[in-house]
Amino acid sequence: MKHSFLRGSLLLLALLVGGCASGPQSLPHADSQDESQAQPANYPEPVFAANRIVPAGSISITTVYDPWEGMNKRIYNFNYHFDQWVFLPVVRGWKAVVPSPARTGVHNFFENFRDVRTMANSILQASPTKLAQSTGRVLINSTIGLFGLIDVATSMGMPKPDEDFGQTLGHWGVGTGPYLVLPLLGPSNLRDGLGELPDLVLQNYIQGDLLAKPLRATAFLFDSIDTRANTSFRYYETGSAFEYQTVRWLYTTKRELDVEK
Amino acid sequence: MTIANVLQRSLAGLCLLLLATFASATVTVENYGYPIKDRFVATVVGTPEGYEAKLPKEIPTKKRWLNVFPERHLPDLIWYGQEMIYSETLQDHPAPLIFLIAGTGAAYNGGKNVNMARAFYKAGFHVVSLSSPTFPNFVTSASTTGVVGHSEKDAEDLYRVMEMIWKRLDGKIDVTSFNLTGYSLGAFNSAYVAKLDEERKSFNFRKVLLINPPVSLYSSISLLDRMVENIPGGEDNFNEFFDKLVKAFSKIYKEEDDIGGDFLYQAYKAMDLKDEELAALIGVSFRMSSGSLVFTSDVMTDFGYVKPKGLVLDRYADLTVYNQVMSRLGFTDYYHDFFYPFYKADYPDMSRDEFISAISLREIADYLRNSPKITVMHNQNDVILEPGEIEFFNEVFGDRATIYPYGGHCGNMNYTENVAHMVATFTEGAQ
Repeated sequence: MKHSFLRGSLLLLALLVGGCASGPQSLPHADSQDESQAQPANYPEPVFAANRIVPAGSISITTVYDPWEGMNKRIYNFNYHFDQWVFLPVVRGWKAVVPSPARTGVHNFFENFRDVRTMANSILQASPTKLAQSTGRVLINSTIGLFGLIDVATSMGMPKPDEDFGQTLGHWGVGTGPYLVLPLLGPSNLRDGLGELPDLVLQNYIQGDLLAKPLRATAFLFDSIDTRANTSFRYYETGSAFEYQTVRWLYTTKRELDVEK
Repeated sequence: MTIANVLQRSLAGLCLLLLATFASATVTVENYGYPIKDRFVATVVGTPEGYEAKLPKEIPTKKRWLNVFPERHLPDLIWYGQEMIYSETLQDHPAPLIFLIAGTGAAYNGGKNVNMARAFYKAGFHVVSLSSPTFPNFVTSASTTGVVGHSEKDAEDLYRVMEMIWKRLDGKIDVTSFNLTGYSLGAFNSAYVAKLDEERKSFNFRKVLLINPPVSLYSSISLLDRMVENIPGGEDNFNEFFDKLVKAFSKIYKEEDDIGGDFLYQAYKAMDLKDEELAALIGVSFRMSSGSLVFTSDVMTDFGYVKPKGLVLDRYADLTVYNQVMSRLGFTDYYHDFFYPFYKADYPDMSRDEFISAISLREIADYLRNSPKITVMHNQNDVILEPGEIEFFNEVFGDRATIYPYGGHCGNMNYTENVAHMVATFTEGAQ
């Protein structure tokens, strides 16, 4: 899901704003700044001070409800360090040791389980079309595709809907709640974060039926490595001081569209 | 002055103009196959699938970090910007090396740089890809002053990192010649870097190609700044405008199963945007990238542009208010109220206008005119040029300028013919 999030977001950004680094914060509300944002009086006024530049009474379209921003930014920072010291070195090792066709096989294998997740959520969303599409994919890839190692369905041009429990909740009108940066997993919100749990339980249940116990533990590990390997996002590499806000807005917009899709 | 005189003079002028036009390799409308005629559409959408050059997807690109100023101590808010990030894609045999410089606000690994790296790697070049000096990571790690947009100073900063990178590579790879190219602002930088190389002689560039450069930086920036005025109902209606775009996008997104490949072009067609709306998009995009650049400079230098001087922000600080202010400011504001005051003391004899208008290729026109190694490819309908500015290239570069009839600003860079042209510029006559 993460890499498709990124791809979708990037395309969205490319189309809407020409593909650049930071998010627009426009038509902000000067009077609504709470005390933590107000300039302390003992500093000289900058050339362009907010109280002169930003018109009062307007709200920014890119604002996202983020009452836990302080905590979120710390987790964001933690994720960067985890990336640097653990995740990315492991991914590099993975790419160095495992040849590309084998990595593709592993990727397809886990994607097949995501199709199962989409099946389950399509039922919960009462969507026969997506259910038929995802079921068709799972049937073909699990048989002709040798237990999901080969993505025959995509080669045949079968559409790949992507539904998770967060979207299912959204589909039935559950709001996103506050923005949330999850440890290791990155951008999310309260709804989608909680939604990860039933999806995880489902995946464990299916894999439990199919795989022996030690294999199940390693499967989880390899799934994580595969996901990171296929996610090109790197924390702080846009270089923009506004990166956190931009990612927050992109994620939120992308998920809104996903729920509607 | 007699009528005959006037006639004679204007005839002479006309002849000169015609000569200039004929001498430069203007590609005629009929024989150019890039499909998008509209300059704004071309700029936003680029090259549709089927018209793109066929290039290898997988090339052995390695990301590298360079600690240009080890003594530098960055403010906590931009703690991550100490080392400059760039990439190299190397051949395993002796080959010419080419440096790529990205355009305004773009990273070493932006789409256009990646595509060029593919093309040049395929053609047998070692490729080193650099970010624009206006990319925040370059500002924090490789800019001497932290205040970029200065023709000579940016060139010197670029030259320094190119020398450092070559020092790393020297002995590791065999290089038969050094070459240089860049697009947009990166092309502008390339011209000044080439000039600097004539004095420093570290590389003795064999060929330099400028792709869609501005002539005067300030006039191009003014054009881009003014594009936000195209937001229907003005800037204060930005929310409605943006909301409409997201809704239109959402509709297409829902109908589309695979959002790869040609999606952008399909989405554009389905969204049915007007030229003004596309111009507004370009303007907003430019404002966003210039906003994060200028804020980075402000934090780094503690200039007091939007952040109060002396106020220390840590890495977890809430930046909402600064983002809001930056979104209301243009890049021209930066030149007037940050850039000029910052450098004023170094140029006591120049007025603000003189100083700003000196950031132009016109300043080095004589050098460009007499440097056969430097060539230009540009588009007749580039959106960052004032009317008539394109003539500068015909006049100065003569037959070393190729002007394509369409393509907007860099929209045709991935088109088969343009990619072939880029590569041929560097392969012709090479050993």
